Amino acid sequence: MITSTVKPAPPGQDKRWKIVDATMRRVGQNSRGLIETLHTVQEAFGYLDETALRYVAITLRVPLSRAYGVATFYHFFTLKPAGEHTCVICLGTACYIKGAPRLVDAVKRELGIAPGQTTADKKVSVLSARCLGSCGLAPAVVYDNEVAGKITPEQLRQQLAKWDAHDA
Amino acid sequence: MTLEELEEIALTENEAQAKIPLTVRVCVAAGCLSCQSQAVKDALDRDIASRNWSGHCKIKGVGCMGLCAEGPLVSTNGGILYKGVAAADATALLDAMEQGPVERLLCPTDIPFFQRQKKIVLENSGVIDPERIEEYIAASGYRAFVQALTEMTPAEVIEQVVKSGLRGRGGAGYPTGLKWSTVAKAVGTRKYVICNADEGDPGAFMDRSVLESDPHRVLEGMLIAAYAVGAPEGYIYVRAEYPLAIKRLKSAIRQAEKLGLLGSNIGGTSFSFRIELRLGAGAFVCGEETALIASIEGNRGTPRPRPPYPAMEGLLGQPTLINNVETFANVPPIIRNGGEWYAAIGTEKSKGTKVFALAGRVQNTGLVEVPMGISLREMVFEIGGGIPEGRGFKAVQTGGPSGGCLPSECLDMPVDYESLARAGSIMGSGGMIVMDEGSCMVDVAKYFMDFCMTESCGKCIPCRVGTYQMHRLLDTITKLQATPQDVAMLEELCDLVKHTSLCGLGQSAPNPVLSTLRYFAEEYKAHIERKECVAGVCGKGAAT
Repeated sequence: MITSTVKPAPPGQDKRWKIVDATMRRVGQNSRGLIETLHTVQEAFGYLDETALRYVAITLRVPLSRAYGVATFYHFFTLKPAGEHTCVICLGTACYIKGAPRLVDAVKRELGIAPGQTTADKKVSVLSARCLGSCGLAPAVVYDNEVAGKITPEQLRQQLAKWDAHDA
Repeated sequence: MTLEELEEIALTENEAQAKIPLTVRVCVAAGCLSCQSQAVKDALDRDIASRNWSGHCKIKGVGCMGLCAEGPLVSTNGGILYKGVAAADATALLDAMEQGPVERLLCPTDIPFFQRQKKIVLENSGVIDPERIEEYIAASGYRAFVQALTEMTPAEVIEQVVKSGLRGRGGAGYPTGLKWSTVAKAVGTRKYVICNADEGDPGAFMDRSVLESDPHRVLEGMLIAAYAVGAPEGYIYVRAEYPLAIKRLKSAIRQAEKLGLLGSNIGGTSFSFRIELRLGAGAFVCGEETALIASIEGNRGTPRPRPPYPAMEGLLGQPTLINNVETFANVPPIIRNGGEWYAAIGTEKSKGTKVFALAGRVQNTGLVEVPMGISLREMVFEIGGGIPEGRGFKAVQTGGPSGGCLPSECLDMPVDYESLARAGSIMGSGGMIVMDEGSCMVDVAKYFMDFCMTESCGKCIPCRVGTYQMHRLLDTITKLQATPQDVAMLEELCDLVKHTSLCGLGQSAPNPVLSTLRYFAEEYKAHIERKECVAGVCGKGAAT
């Protein structure tokens, strides 16, 4: 069996590229593994930058446009690094009905940013989710990967203030 | 793996369980975990160790018990259920095993929320440990598959599914048996079975719960399907947003492989089947089967025109069977008990049970499984316990962004595919969201349109541009700046988008607008003629 020897070298010495390479090997360096690979890159690096997209595209033999197209099509992928802390506000129907818009307003007032943005000091990123599936706990918020339920705007403000104080 | 071997595993497991007289079950599905149920379980484990009770009482992590809003939930011997348990309550709970229940934490189980349910899909949820295949086998797991494999022909399996009258639980309600027989008859070099676990409807979490609480059930359903249609390879397309479901599926697949229930020459027969996971990446449109296939192939999730249907030309151009999580989960009991048993439950055209995620402005939010044909009133006021804070019922929304909002006039309607469709909504995947007087129906319609606009893949113009324009019009109405012409335009656009969009996303996107126009015309009128929002949500006086 002829195996390709033209696999390009990783963009740097960073060990995380080894994880990315492992995924690409597992999917047989095939274009079908594009989404799998992007998941791995995002898990390892936190986001997808141009270097990573170029490297993945060339290794899996897909046009850069397709890699970029896939990376921007799916909400889960982000092309920008996240802040130190993330706060995901669920905007699913149950949360919406139970006051999630008020949480978005509270964040706007407190940090001056909308979902999808990061504060200027890169401390907090605010995201919105389509539905966390925690509808029994609406409105729900995820603070740094921990789901918290039945959140009031006041509780949200306190958490944001806590992050601010801790890292000051 | 033969039936005898399965029975042996079940016997060993049952004997081991019988040796320990007391069991405390702690819900470790996502809902309760986010209320710190893991800390409760850890505290119980520590307490057991300090009492030297390890041979006397077992602490078991189990799946969803349903009443998610009251978590963490813990159940003990004798059907006692505790709600809102904290780690600090561990000692009291274990003391109670000998002295009688802890009154302050008791959750009554004689309420309609529990009594009115009929559990088929969820029969193991909250009972068995989802991370141990032995417990699933002890609960008659994999018996249906091995029975099908060793004692039935593929045609006989399909016949039972046809007889059961099972219809797709993903939303559209296509007869499952018919889909299976189409794929079985289709000609291809290799066939595939795909489980659609890309639960995208906001407000729906049935599939997540099934995957977290009883992952083997889904694998068994897929195995039976693969045997029936002759597919050697399967995929589960699961949302990346469900890390716990992914983790449990991965371990379930590993365990099944280890026991030889997945892999080559299963049970010494010529049947082989492998399952791989594919993670979605957050695109609602990927619930549509051709978009889902595009995504598994590593592309942007855009649908393509059908026919050809995936049953003829699906993944990599080969015949592909795609069913939803809940559909697969219904299959093992159908094979175990026969199609006729299943067909005896439900209504004439909608057989069996349906799992609903009851949420919104309702007392008891959580997961329920009820026989088809139950009325919406029973769902909201008996099982759901009515509207909290003494407020009035306004609407119940089914089917997510593809469904509609039904008013109090529809409350006595039976919940089945046809009735919901006639009323202008759909069964959908099972999200059921209750709204009270505090919700403005125009605002709700705008919310769903915003969702569809954002999630439109952009391939076809009616959906891409139509949802944008409808959203703009709804926005004008909620800003109390619309004219009657705007509503006329909105209605026209609904008709156009519904009839000319490429896939289900666009075709059903107008449903929330159409149903609110039909049942809550007064509210639209108030916004336009009197510049007033009765619920106080819209316009300048909007509550923030």
